[in-house]
Amino acid sequence: MVFSLNKKALTNAIVVSLITIALVFYGSRKLQNFDPALIAYLFGTVFAFFGVVYRYSVWLQRPPTRMYFRRSLELIYNRKFFSHLVFFIKDFILNIGFQKFIYPRGRSRWIGHFLMAFGCTLAFAITFPLTFGWIHFTMNPATSIDPESIRLYEAHFFGFKIFEFELGSFIAFTVFHALNWSSWMVIIGVLIFMRRRLTQPGLIATQSFEGDLLPLVLLLAISITGLGLTYSYEFMKGFAYDFMAVTHAITVIMFLIWIPFGKFFHIIQRPAQLGAHIYKREGIKRGMAVCPHTGKEFATQMHIDDLKVVTKELGFDFTLEDGTSHLDLSPEGKRSRLAMAHLKARLENGGKLFG
Amino acid sequence: MPVTNYKTNQEFFVDMQRCIGCKACEMACAECETNGHESMIHVNYIDRAVTIQTTVQVCMHCDDPACANVCPADAISKDEFGVVHTANTARCIGCSNCVMACPFGVPKKNEAYDLMMKCNMCYDRTSAGKKPMCATVCPTQALYYGTREEMAMMRPNSSPVNNFIFGNEKVSTKVNIMMPKGATELRVD
Repeated sequence: MVFSLNKKALTNAIVVSLITIALVFYGSRKLQNFDPALIAYLFGTVFAFFGVVYRYSVWLQRPPTRMYFRRSLELIYNRKFFSHLVFFIKDFILNIGFQKFIYPRGRSRWIGHFLMAFGCTLAFAITFPLTFGWIHFTMNPATSIDPESIRLYEAHFFGFKIFEFELGSFIAFTVFHALNWSSWMVIIGVLIFMRRRLTQPGLIATQSFEGDLLPLVLLLAISITGLGLTYSYEFMKGFAYDFMAVTHAITVIMFLIWIPFGKFFHIIQRPAQLGAHIYKREGIKRGMAVCPHTGKEFATQMHIDDLKVVTKELGFDFTLEDGTSHLDLSPEGKRSRLAMAHLKARLENGGKLFG
Repeated sequence: MPVTNYKTNQEFFVDMQRCIGCKACEMACAECETNGHESMIHVNYIDRAVTIQTTVQVCMHCDDPACANVCPADAISKDEFGVVHTANTARCIGCSNCVMACPFGVPKKNEAYDLMMKCNMCYDRTSAGKKPMCATVCPTQALYYGTREEMAMMRPNSSPVNNFIFGNEKVSTKVNIMMPKGATELRVD
């Protein structure tokens, strides 16, 4: 296979990587709040951003994806924009936040996926800003010098103080252990999915180690080594902390670097589902296509028209002699036409059943 | 994919004139583990107003599958045996491009799952050297899975055809449709 760099994608990826680095520099107040211990994570994250933007840009150039992307941009400049925006927000909460569409596929499957998704999202929300130096914590100077006062801890975002809490309080316990909570969620989710993948014959037949099992193993390794850090300093007086820190860093960086290439890319792709919903919603408003065979509505006319363009771009030409298209037929109509053609071929051959 | 025992000398043969509409294949299809126990096969009346003839449609597993080409999410793949697999559940965004682009009208969109699903030739069985569920239960052998030699012996007046003409497009498939002896293609419209 000949490998060639996609210039457009490369440009996008470089621009986003440079913007990220600039935001790290200025967001951490010229590296004043940047934690050098996290430098390896930063490299991993910037590489992940580079890879994700590169792959996403290549992906958007494929004819079917480009068509959806173009239609999405049109909707931004549409007067129904706000109606679609309200729908988008609602759909985002239901289908991205709660992954509603997975629940009908199986309850335990939904629970497992929700726990993994929520745990990972929480971890991303905490670790990315920490790695970038956008969030840092300090002791309140007024309370730290007076041994009698209640010790307050301050959280800063982009160098601005956003809130403070008492050390030893419930909030402090929750905040300091937030990554542990996300680890537990991911571990439970991973175990539910591993059980499915190791016991269901359909999955066993079609899954691959690198595509389906390794991502679970990696998430488990990240979560366990992450919990190991807390376990080490809470219960083992820091024993094996270095080992835990290094193995955690290695697994996390592997995860970050792998996001653009493997299963984890679906996290980036998934919001396109919302675009597909809005596309259908807009299409219904514009009018439905009626199957010439069944006489019933079966899809939006915009979808069928766009598909005719996309299939031609991809080298398929379903245009019929009369200028219409085979794609004007509904799936049921297409099946019937095939069977009718078979019947016609039999009739032309004398009409008898052949064996 | 894991190591398989897929028998490359075995092929799928569909003979529409033999379909009696019993729907045994529909029930059997739901036993397929790779479908998540959803029936994927289609049994239709051809044209109910003029004939009681029914027809059966499995995925034809095209050489250059339109469904996979039009998928904006790269969710559909073809393996080394030519089996076109159902949508990858993690990737499919439920846009229905494949449902509308398939010239044979095969993929189904499960609205509740927001997912496209289709026949993948009972990959849990065929990858283990077994026949697809539908072909094992069809009482009239409208659906048959076996070798080309077996088929030639059983149906001397028929020819398996895997080239289909849809307007300006010629589609070649892994699955064969039985046609009168000597036919090489089926012109659909």
